[in-house]
Amino acid sequence: MTPTKKPRGLFADKVGYYSSIVLVFMTLGVIVGPLFFPSGYELPGPDTYRPPSVAHLCGTDLNGRDLFLRILLGGRISLLVGICGAIISLFVGTTYGLIAGSARPGVDNSMMRLVDILYSVPRLIFILIFINAFNERLQIAASRHGWDWMVGSSRLVILILCLGVIEWLTMARIVRGQTLSLRERPFVAAARVIGEGYWTILLRHLLPNLAGVVLVYLTLAIPSVIIDEAFLSFLGLGVQAPQSSWGSLLSEGAASINPLRSAWWMLFYPSLALMATLLSLYNLGDTMRRSLHSRGR
Amino acid sequence: MFRRLVSMPVVLLCVITITFFLMRLSPGGPFDSERKLPAAIEQQLLAKYRLDGPILYQYSGYIRDLVHGDLRLSTKYRNRSVNEILSQTLPVTLTLGAAAFLMAVVIGLSLGCFAAARPASFAESVVLAVTLISICMPAFVLGPLLILIFSIRLHWFPVGGWGTPQQLFLPAITLAAPFVAVIARLLHDSLRETLGEDFIRTARAKGLTERTIILRHALRVAILPVVSYLGPLAANLLTGSIVVETVFHIPGAGGFFVNSILNRDGFLLGGVVIVYCVLLLIFNLLVDLSYRLLDRRIQG
Repeated sequence: MTPTKKPRGLFADKVGYYSSIVLVFMTLGVIVGPLFFPSGYELPGPDTYRPPSVAHLCGTDLNGRDLFLRILLGGRISLLVGICGAIISLFVGTTYGLIAGSARPGVDNSMMRLVDILYSVPRLIFILIFINAFNERLQIAASRHGWDWMVGSSRLVILILCLGVIEWLTMARIVRGQTLSLRERPFVAAARVIGEGYWTILLRHLLPNLAGVVLVYLTLAIPSVIIDEAFLSFLGLGVQAPQSSWGSLLSEGAASINPLRSAWWMLFYPSLALMATLLSLYNLGDTMRRSLHSRGR
Repeated sequence: MFRRLVSMPVVLLCVITITFFLMRLSPGGPFDSERKLPAAIEQQLLAKYRLDGPILYQYSGYIRDLVHGDLRLSTKYRNRSVNEILSQTLPVTLTLGAAAFLMAVVIGLSLGCFAAARPASFAESVVLAVTLISICMPAFVLGPLLILIFSIRLHWFPVGGWGTPQQLFLPAITLAAPFVAVIARLLHDSLRETLGEDFIRTARAKGLTERTIILRHALRVAILPVVSYLGPLAANLLTGSIVVETVFHIPGAGGFFVNSILNRDGFLLGGVVIVYCVLLLIFNLLVDLSYRLLDRRIQG
């Protein structure tokens, strides 16, 4: 009797399946959810520090704002930063890894040496300094050119750019490793024989074969960027009021914990939203990686 | 190895240069406030803190002072030198970091071995699930949560502060938890891979116990990815300690770092960054040396 073949692919195991369901719900929730709230819910009200009830599912905060709505609105920012930052890191990392992997060994070595150094330097600290050094400058430039949307969100834009620029290291390493093994394959030699140039081989032959790996590490880069953003916002150096993200909600939650009165819901619900998202993203990335791995064999 | 030693000062110089120009080129000086200072006084202040003259002249002056071990004066905490502030706060941060480092390595390695020795068991899946959750629980989630449960509800540990071993426990756990998980998973994966290799089969054929095989034979090879993770780990711990110090109200260098950004206190900021980077570079060198000792196959 032949053993029944287990279904292969992305949803072969339950974890990947449930993770993607959570992610879809979370994304739809933060995009559509706030539309269902009556207007004025996001404004300060008289009911401060109310524990969760039917009217306020997650309770209210220091200023009497509904926490559930704030978590959804904060999720917009967190997810936006996470996805955009990860996409930027994908571009930087893939380009860097492709060039390193296809260059001469000397060039490759020094490029990877730089990655090693950057790994062991507290990058987030530099980003902190950078954001705060250039935020005002960007705001001034934006208002001079009349980009009104930019004036309010200049910090967000800088945040996305910076986080994308620091989270590319893993991507570069993986892409470089894959490029090194791909370039020895016969189809690359064949392309070289028929006289195709360096860039053509890079873009037409190597890059498409990297798509799977790149997608997996894109999924794994999103949670890293979300954590970094929450870190900065927690310290009060990331997203600034009136905008809020899960990080700044958590910092308010942490501030509301004291021996006299602890508003546990202000800590618990933002943590729950953040952790559910991170966990699902890591699980999904892991499932994708394993499915890619088993297909490659 | 020699190249490594040469590259260290280069990296350090890059770090210093980037930090210096980032803090000097940002708009707004350290003495800007609601009330405009008279020009003469501002001039004197700038001269006192050696912030006058062309920017390249300031830069070379700063480098010269650094070579002499002088991190200059803080522009916010008047009359206190950066050396003085750091000599008071850095030991705190380093104690916290060292405690978290030890915890991460010891607990992480034991958990990794424990899980890898029991493939496809319930215990293994529990360890893997718990470590994954722990990775998704950054310090700013775990810290307040631990305070809420263990300090405020159960009164087992103090809420914050610094000085007693009890006050060190919760912050160190908070700082170490995600990295315990990373090390455990890293070791688990590499041990599983190593245990499938030929020399392990030989060791099994010799009749060695599973315990000896893992601890004496497999671990020596499987630990290498963990060793090369120690450098990034140290960097992450220093970054993470900023949050942990804020959450637990610990008077370490991290809090001064955040304040120095908000106060445009350039020399304090530069001092913290430079000292952090020097520590990390030295640490990385040590890690590199031990890696070479462990893995004789790497030559050159």
